[in-house]
Amino acid sequence: MKTLCRKLLLCLAALASLSGSIAAQALQVTDDRGLTVSFAQTPLRIVSLLPSLTETVCELGQCQRLVGVDRYSDFPPVVRALPQVGGGLDPNIEAIVALRPDVVLLATSSRAADRLQSLGIKVVALEPKTHADVRRVLEKVGQLLNVPDAQRVWRVIDAGVTAAAQSLPATARQTRVYFEVNRAPYAAGESSFIGETLTRLGVKNIVPASLGPFPKLNPEYIVRANPDLIMVGDRNYAGMEGRPGWTAIRAIREHHVCVFSAAQSDVLVRPGPRMAQGARIMADCLQKMSGKAP
Amino acid sequence: MTVISHQQRIASLLGLGLLLTGVALIILGACVGSTGFESVGRAWSDPMSLLIVRDVRLPRTVGAWLAGALLGMAGAVAQGLFRNPLADPYLLGSASGASLGVALVLVLFGVSPFAAQWLVRLGLTGAAFVGAVGAVLLTLALAKGVQHTLRLLLAGVIVGVVLGAFSSLTMLMVPEVTQAMQAFILGSTGFVGWIACALMGGVWLFCMVVSWMFSHVLDGLSLGEATAASLGLPLAQLRAALVVVIALTTGTAVAQTGLIAFVGLAAPHLVRSVVKTKHARLILLSSLMGGALLMAADISARWLIAPQELPVGVLTAVLGGGYLLWLMHRSGGARPGAGA
Repeated sequence: MKTLCRKLLLCLAALASLSGSIAAQALQVTDDRGLTVSFAQTPLRIVSLLPSLTETVCELGQCQRLVGVDRYSDFPPVVRALPQVGGGLDPNIEAIVALRPDVVLLATSSRAADRLQSLGIKVVALEPKTHADVRRVLEKVGQLLNVPDAQRVWRVIDAGVTAAAQSLPATARQTRVYFEVNRAPYAAGESSFIGETLTRLGVKNIVPASLGPFPKLNPEYIVRANPDLIMVGDRNYAGMEGRPGWTAIRAIREHHVCVFSAAQSDVLVRPGPRMAQGARIMADCLQKMSGKAP
Repeated sequence: MTVISHQQRIASLLGLGLLLTGVALIILGACVGSTGFESVGRAWSDPMSLLIVRDVRLPRTVGAWLAGALLGMAGAVAQGLFRNPLADPYLLGSASGASLGVALVLVLFGVSPFAAQWLVRLGLTGAAFVGAVGAVLLTLALAKGVQHTLRLLLAGVIVGVVLGAFSSLTMLMVPEVTQAMQAFILGSTGFVGWIACALMGGVWLFCMVVSWMFSHVLDGLSLGEATAASLGLPLAQLRAALVVVIALTTGTAVAQTGLIAFVGLAAPHLVRSVVKTKHARLILLSSLMGGALLMAADISARWLIAPQELPVGVLTAVLGGGYLLWLMHRSGGARPGAGA
């Protein structure tokens, strides 16, 4: 009887260790909330609630696994045909549940995470904000989707940024740039995603990192800094020359203002896999303006 | 009799004090910029500094005073007209009308270069003004004129809520405009130039003359509508004129500086807490008070974390609200809203 019990216990222990090793083999991902989410198998049905995460999934070649996106995800064009489940901050929970996703990718700022989890849906919250974050998110999503060459994808993107920087003539590197995020005016500082790209291109940002990523500046600061080049989206450009005192700024006086279309602005401001393309857009602007006579 | 003349003396002293404060603040405002406090004296040696002081700082400082003065005037007129101490200049829906106008133009800026061409001419200022005045007209239409104060108030609240909902919807659908909208909602004097100052000054003068002329109606109204009518005052026409004053002053201020909170509500109360006077003086003093309040808030907004800026609306609420609370506590339960 005793030996039987012992054998039974041994069996149980073996079973436990076996299931433990299975659990260890299961996929575990720690997201930006610091929560570890485990998956029994690689998720096949994905809902993404952040445009840059949608782009990341597709960049890893897993676009076909997306079953739903938020209303702001518009790249690559194929995702526009997918069911839209509201915005990242105001998602339609019911529509998401109806899509039966294996995982929902969203930003940490979204309130939807708790509600979805309580409904038994796995949630991975990732919030890319910097170049380093883009790499980290690529690796995280690659791990989650079991794509082995996430590192290679990153190296291609990184090389694209370097190539854009190397394409610039030495004269363009002296340019002092003001990038206006919007007309409040909020600027893109050195520590922002856009600012990091500018730094990689080797140009000077008039807004130092000490002011934070997107400071709301006194307009006078920009007049005093007197940038050589202004980068701005077309939505915010309208009326810029009419601002008091701004005609004295060298960039305005010499018409060294790059006005980006809405589609270009999306590429520039989204911390995602299109950052090399964003660097290319800025490099083209710098090249065009440095070639232009004042 | 002696009490009245005593109050008159206090009113004159307050007016003089507010004017002097205004002048002092303009000088201070010329010295506070993106690098914090710096002497204006340096400006004469450096052309860039001169340009900044002359074309950026001074118009902005004067503009802050004028916008505050317009809002203070509108607040005093609105509180008298509606016989309600909680009335503020945005009561007739102008704030949400202006927001909707700005939101729509911001969205259209991004749609097509063709649309942008004539929109630029209208500009955000034009859109805000059209939106604000349009909302007041809508309120008047819904209330079927100005005869019934309560109906007018209700219509104003409804227009405010509905237009506000539309601009929220716009921001949700086109999230790129959200940040710019937020800046507009919190108010900023950052882009006020000399032309804007001249415009606001003209409107201020015109509206001040009109409301001064009709201030006896507000005095009559403070005794109750029936009494005012029995005094033989042509209420309907004069009320309409005062609604025009509110719409014009608020529309102009909002167009140039955004939705600055609390100045219009607090300025008349601050004046009343010092002196009891008739509406003619109350309106003028509220205007001076509003100007001083907004200018002080604007100077702090660019000083505190220079070269970054705080939203000026946050500071008007903190400064005006804090001062009002202190006054209430000091007067030991006496209601600053009462009287006048």
